[in-house]
Amino acid sequence: MGVKEYLTQVKEGQIDLEDFVAKTVEKSKKIQEKYSPFITINESINVKTLKKGKLFGLPISVKDNICTKGLKTTAGSKILHKYVPPFDSFVTRRVKEEGGVIIGKTTMDEFGHGTFNTNTPFEIPKNPWDTERSCGGSSGGSGCLTSACDFPHIALSESTGGSISCPASFTNTVGITPTYGGVSRWGLISYANSLDKIGTIGKTVEDASLLLSIISGHDKMDSTSLDVKEDDYTKYLVNDVKGMKIGIPKEYFGEGIDEGIKKIIWDNIKTLENLGATYEECSLSHTDVAVQTYYIIAMSETSTNLAKLCGLRYGLEKPIKDGEGFNEYFSKIRKEGFGQEAKRRIIMGTYARMAGYRDQFYLKAMKVRTLIIEDFKKAFKKYDVIVSPSMPILPPKFKEIEKLTPLQVYMLDILTNPPNLAGVPMISVPGGFSHGLPVGMHIIADHLQEKKMIQVAHTFEQNTDYHKKKLVMK
Amino acid sequence: MIISEDVIRKVAKIARLELKDEEVIEFTKQIDDVLEAFKSLEKVDTKDVKPSFQPIEIKNVWREDKVKDYEWDPLSNSDNKENNYFKGPRSV
Repeated sequence: MGVKEYLTQVKEGQIDLEDFVAKTVEKSKKIQEKYSPFITINESINVKTLKKGKLFGLPISVKDNICTKGLKTTAGSKILHKYVPPFDSFVTRRVKEEGGVIIGKTTMDEFGHGTFNTNTPFEIPKNPWDTERSCGGSSGGSGCLTSACDFPHIALSESTGGSISCPASFTNTVGITPTYGGVSRWGLISYANSLDKIGTIGKTVEDASLLLSIISGHDKMDSTSLDVKEDDYTKYLVNDVKGMKIGIPKEYFGEGIDEGIKKIIWDNIKTLENLGATYEECSLSHTDVAVQTYYIIAMSETSTNLAKLCGLRYGLEKPIKDGEGFNEYFSKIRKEGFGQEAKRRIIMGTYARMAGYRDQFYLKAMKVRTLIIEDFKKAFKKYDVIVSPSMPILPPKFKEIEKLTPLQVYMLDILTNPPNLAGVPMISVPGGFSHGLPVGMHIIADHLQEKKMIQVAHTFEQNTDYHKKKLVMK
Repeated sequence: MIISEDVIRKVAKIARLELKDEEVIEFTKQIDDVLEAFKSLEKVDTKDVKPSFQPIEIKNVWREDKVKDYEWDPLSNSDNKENNYFKGPRSV
């Protein structure tokens, strides 16, 4: 049953919620045994306290870097392994106000540091389309669960440099990354403040848009929250692209992009043309320096953000010995609590901000970001949306991932880093299959033009069957 | 090489991160590899380009400087506490 049909039936009293929630928890446990999308499954749901709002009775999973009151929130890290937030994030408060049921916390690369959800002290989630392969990252749990579950559900997810689009692409689901500042970050455990965006993953464009409508809008608790009114994004689910102009950046179809993926996306562009849109090739000329720019900014910001994790006040702690110095205690906790990738990024970020290197790396990256934003702004003067593959590769096997160096992994963010750096909204939709594996198509729009990408995505979805393809359990 | 093991040790100390010897060796190679590749940023002409600290221009938000009671229990996540205070190691 789809989300919309389910919500109608609950509203009309045709569903025994208590029974449904109990079954959902059981099903979640079975999915966990098979694919490991969760860090925590919520077993203390009280349906009697649910508010009768727009999400009344709907299962919602929450990425584990989003604070949930009374429910363990680890950000995928050992250093926060026992942290139970005494407050709700803005987005989970909104979900609860509308009657959503938080069924659990989904797994992720530690603090969002990764592309394959393999940087984790917890179990690595397996791709339901082929369990020898990655679900993508960093929101691997969100994509994995959305793809594997047969109950109505939408995931609250988060992207810094591609962490929504990548798992959506690898798991044949729909992921929306909104405009930077369009959704409040209050209660999100920050990775990189100038890049983090909370978004949604669902089985359809409608599902992902529905949850986005609930969580977007201004919040005075987040000083970077944009002063925009809430919008009902489901009203842009219009099956029509006539007259819409699509830009196809030539750099996004260049070297390093899988040939099979390129062909599928080009076929999809022809489908959109047949439906009445027009397209033109264009250039986003700073694409070749976007990954470098992204990583310098993200690592610099994460190295300052993670400084607060020092074994005091919450998270991993040790008994304090008499005479033990602050720096000694702090360094010991961090040595034990952080994984390898977090340590690498703290070192690189600290280096890039140090006296003598700050101008060469940090400030330079901030300036190149301006040029990347200008590339997009220029393109959106001509085009309603930009279309490209979401990821340059198919979901890789875990044994292939083990062989990659950190630099090789970073370079795979070539298609997702530029729009994330520019803070423009994007949606990844099921775009086809290559060798039996899902291929995501990216539709990118200008700042606060989510409605355009939702309309194009919905039209594409309504005229194709990729999102309906049933999972063959492996 | 752009960096050396000594630099990694120095940065780790600043970042209050204790590294094992094998981590220092591994990180030096991996981070050097990354920084070498990232040097390509130097070729981008950024003369007269302003830095973007945010993707969208954001104005400062102000609020009154008033004391407010907290609405949650901030001590609930710590074992190291005494008399309604957090307890920490000696800092001076």
